[in-house]
Amino acid sequence: MTATPFATRLDGPAPEVEVTRDMLRRGVWGAPVLVGVCAAIWGGSGALSSAFAIALVMFNFALSAGIIAWTSRISLAVLMGAVLFGYLMRLGIIFFAVFLVHKMGWVSLPALGTSIIVTHLGLLIWELRFVSMSLAYPGLKPTKRN
Amino acid sequence: MEALSRVLAQATELTASDLKKNNAAIGAGFAYGLAAIGPGVGIGYVVGKAIESMARQPESAGMVRTTMFLGIAFTEALALIGFVVFILLGL
Repeated sequence: MTATPFATRLDGPAPEVEVTRDMLRRGVWGAPVLVGVCAAIWGGSGALSSAFAIALVMFNFALSAGIIAWTSRISLAVLMGAVLFGYLMRLGIIFFAVFLVHKMGWVSLPALGTSIIVTHLGLLIWELRFVSMSLAYPGLKPTKRN
Repeated sequence: MEALSRVLAQATELTASDLKKNNAAIGAGFAYGLAAIGPGVGIGYVVGKAIESMARQPESAGMVRTTMFLGIAFTEALALIGFVVFILLGL
């Protein structure tokens, strides 16, 4: 049996988990600001909807990173399939979660929609400042503290 | 012919408000569906290329995975924008 020149699975550390953990930490710190803005514009229902949207986006990030970290240890082919079907599954979960609550009294749909987009893009852009695209530090850039 | 006339009869019973609501729901469904196709293709392309490069150069896997994860998340933002249009128009 000859050794294959190609890697078929990845056993090392999972940088996406590290990046997601960092994003979640930043999300927890930044959430009160967004909830406050939504409360000022849409009132109490806006604040609750915004908090729900932030939780949904964070869950989406965590699930995405978890799927990648888990399946890359199995095989790269499984990773490909899991990311694609995971995309559909995560869209379905977001749709189902919003569908379940959309008629409840505490939901403001404009606040919910705005918070989903702002949280998703905001966390990603914020995180980009700290992500290192170098082979030495593939996850997050080392700060002066560490 | 009879079925067609029955459909037409039902259609004429719809009020303008009902028609507007129906059209909004159809438009929202199209918006979400079409908005999900592009990111699906994009994510497939991103992950496919990332897997190819990780298989060829496993030593760069960490960097490629970080880039891939961020690429997936940015591509997915398009689908989320479509979803938000959907919930604002038709839900």
